[in-house]
Amino acid sequence: MAARRKKIKIAVTGLNAIDSPGPGIPVIRALRASGDFDVRIIGLSYETLEPGIYMHDLVDKTYQIPFPSSGKASLLTRLKYINSIEKIDLIIPNFDAELFNFITLANTLRKEMGIRVFVPTLDQFEERHKSNLPAFGKKHKIKVPFSKMIFSTAEIPSLRKDFTYPLVVKGKYYDASIAYTPEQVASHFNKISAKWGLPVIIQQFVYGQEVNVTAIGDGKGNTMGAVPMRKQYITDKGKAWSGISINDRKLMDMTKKLIRSTKWKGGMELEIIKTANDEYYLLEINPRFPAWVYLAVGCGQNHPEMLVKMAMGEKVVPFKKYDIGKMFVRYSYDLIVELKEFEKISTLGEL
Amino acid sequence: MRLKKNLALSDSGFVFDPSTGDSFSTNPIGLEIVKMLQTGKDADEIKAQVVKTYLIDEVGFEKDYYDFVNTLTKLKLSDGSPEKKD
Amino acid sequence: MKKLQYERPVIQRLNVGVMNKFGNKTEYSPVKHIEGNTVKSLIEKFGSPLFVISERIIRETFKDANRAFKTRYPRVQFAWSYKTNYLNAICNVFHQEGSWAEVVSGFEYHKALKNGVPGTKIIFNGPDKSEADLKLAIEKNSLIHIDHLDELYLIKELAVEMKKRPRVAIRINMDTGVYPMWDRFGFNYENGQAWDAINKIMLNDKMDLVGLHSHIGTFMLAPSAYGVAAKKLSDLALEIKKKYKKNIQYIDMGGGFASKNTLKGSYLQGIDSTPSFDQFAEAITTSILNAGFVENELPLLILETGRALIDEAGYLLGTVISNKRLSDGRRATIMDFGVNILFTSFWYDHKISPAQEFSRYTEDAVIYGPLCMNIDVIRENVTLPPMKRDDHVIVHTVGAYNMTQWMQFIALRPAVVMIDTQEKVHLIRSRETLASIEGNEIIPRYLEKFKL
Repeated sequence: MAARRKKIKIAVTGLNAIDSPGPGIPVIRALRASGDFDVRIIGLSYETLEPGIYMHDLVDKTYQIPFPSSGKASLLTRLKYINSIEKIDLIIPNFDAELFNFITLANTLRKEMGIRVFVPTLDQFEERHKSNLPAFGKKHKIKVPFSKMIFSTAEIPSLRKDFTYPLVVKGKYYDASIAYTPEQVASHFNKISAKWGLPVIIQQFVYGQEVNVTAIGDGKGNTMGAVPMRKQYITDKGKAWSGISINDRKLMDMTKKLIRSTKWKGGMELEIIKTANDEYYLLEINPRFPAWVYLAVGCGQNHPEMLVKMAMGEKVVPFKKYDIGKMFVRYSYDLIVELKEFEKISTLGEL
Repeated sequence: MRLKKNLALSDSGFVFDPSTGDSFSTNPIGLEIVKMLQTGKDADEIKAQVVKTYLIDEVGFEKDYYDFVNTLTKLKLSDGSPEKKD
Repeated sequence: MKKLQYERPVIQRLNVGVMNKFGNKTEYSPVKHIEGNTVKSLIEKFGSPLFVISERIIRETFKDANRAFKTRYPRVQFAWSYKTNYLNAICNVFHQEGSWAEVVSGFEYHKALKNGVPGTKIIFNGPDKSEADLKLAIEKNSLIHIDHLDELYLIKELAVEMKKRPRVAIRINMDTGVYPMWDRFGFNYENGQAWDAINKIMLNDKMDLVGLHSHIGTFMLAPSAYGVAAKKLSDLALEIKKKYKKNIQYIDMGGGFASKNTLKGSYLQGIDSTPSFDQFAEAITTSILNAGFVENELPLLILETGRALIDEAGYLLGTVISNKRLSDGRRATIMDFGVNILFTSFWYDHKISPAQEFSRYTEDAVIYGPLCMNIDVIRENVTLPPMKRDDHVIVHTVGAYNMTQWMQFIALRPAVVMIDTQEKVHLIRSRETLASIEGNEIIPRYLEKFKL
């Protein structure tokens, strides 16, 4: 069977397999586990200490790329250079903050370099922004916690009119912190706005159990795969340390309904709170695979492989089943790295 | 000034200080100067060498040189001893 | 032996977390020419700093905006916002393209008249119109946009006195879901002020209410807010028709479209995230077309777009005065232009490119202007290759507001040139001289002499 596998070159971002991990390494593991593809993996890194750069059994070659904030033009220039060496078939971006650039460059990449991406449309990407979540919930008839955008700390005192403490302070792209007092809101506001810009989102804190879904849509409204998971233990950064796949009809129905109604294209993660009275509140839609996507592979659904097939225009059938009660336990591992390697990525931007 | 003796330099402009674990990046002319400092050359020798190799006069180079040397000190790359002639 | 090109020696710590973009390769490329002219030759001829305007970019940008609206809506009129850039050469490029004039002061009104704009094609906005200004505007039959009640009463009196029927519109502010809400100009929609003003005009019958105007904010990144504003103005126009059997001739959506600059604090580059004219046009025209107007009574759509039409056509060329090292080790580069002439650096992270070749090494730096003032900062943090004294730089996207808000502070203001579509350079404002500043000064006789 191995000899039959199709050769394909895939570039992947999010190699930061650290304490608050990016999804790159799990996505690569899933691709390496594919029975249909023989993959060469090109890592795309932003920083020199992303562990994936040094994981040579998973990543064949890594190139540094410019931060999303430096704009599309410099990303494109860099990708042209990389592609001139590598002839990439597909890029799988794994960071929220870089998606805007990859979505808007999708046509150019395909036309000028023959590189495919399988990402949400700009409309899908924009409408699920945390700042748009109330409108999104209304449009797709899904419950979302009440939220409001603020632009300055001067607006904090009046939050009492609309919210009860505690509440959640969120950045446009990343970061969320719970605040129990207006002073804490102000402190989170300053930290988050310095990093991710304005506005900052204030969301009502909803009590309940957090459940997550990793899913993939074909862009026509079909759910090609979905696996729900409950976090069993979370780190102090709020990331899952361990989780377990669960059987939850309501959650699956909600996922399918959402993908049908948005015609979601690509990987996604839903973050949902299930309250004591069995109500489901959508907290967030992440427009890419989660860092725990390998659990789906363990449960019998290889979502990254499915994404590759759809991106390459192959015929696919949706996953229907997954193993319930499969767990993941995340662990850390100290790679030994030669200084020469760090030197190379630092000075040449390639390794 | 004198540089720490054990600094590891590579042609790519990568500088590693094994005593602190810090690493640095410098441009070709910076690397050349660091190498000269390491072999114990003093300011005048270095200036003469640079003026000979590059399209720059001594006055133009002098302020850049002292700025660079100050930066090296600031980055704790000097061994703390004063230059012979200073 | 042939000598090598010199570059200042630099060394920096490889910081984890704030790494350079990809190794040592810089993301910048030098910009050595503007519209076929070298930066060097421009500065040699006209001095440094120097504002350079590309006529080609103005005309192309205007055509793009015009196309976006005209392909979606039958009746569209642009009016050049004088305050954005009122150098006469620039105004006239817009007038040649068919723009009317939009002015906000007597000074600007006279400028437009002098440029040859017919009074009937001048829109007079703003809270400060003197009695003399209003008389002139009524005389010339201009479109007067009323900002407050005091003005409304004054125009009413003048109408009687002059036995004329002034053509007026009222400016309306409203909640469009954007922050901050601009409620200091005009009459509020939600609380009934707008209707109050409309009733006063209609019942008194001394003025001709020809239009409705709104201007919801500045540097707007949300086209949808314009959709909301256009809907509210359209509804108002339709209700006026119902109540007074009066057709409102035009809806003026004001300006405020964002340019491709990057606002401080924003994560994405402006050039990537700014909505296109098509997106603004789609939001506005859809609202008006769906509001319920009878087809032959569709109002004229007026746009007072300023910034988005001129910002990218403007460049500022400058020269490095000096490099220094700050106490915390950061590199500081002092340029010969500061916030005095680049006012917009208070709210944008302007893109700055070196104007000569450089190697792939970069340094993080603060860019300061030449003023003896602590606030004179052009960029708080920028990654640029090492530059030396007399090297040149180009600041991009500076066409809007700088040449009107610049200050004559400490130094004289620089020259402005326009490069025409044939790549020929025209001086459109010469560098100021001592005489241009002192011309209006008067020294009392007894202060003319002193002994030191």
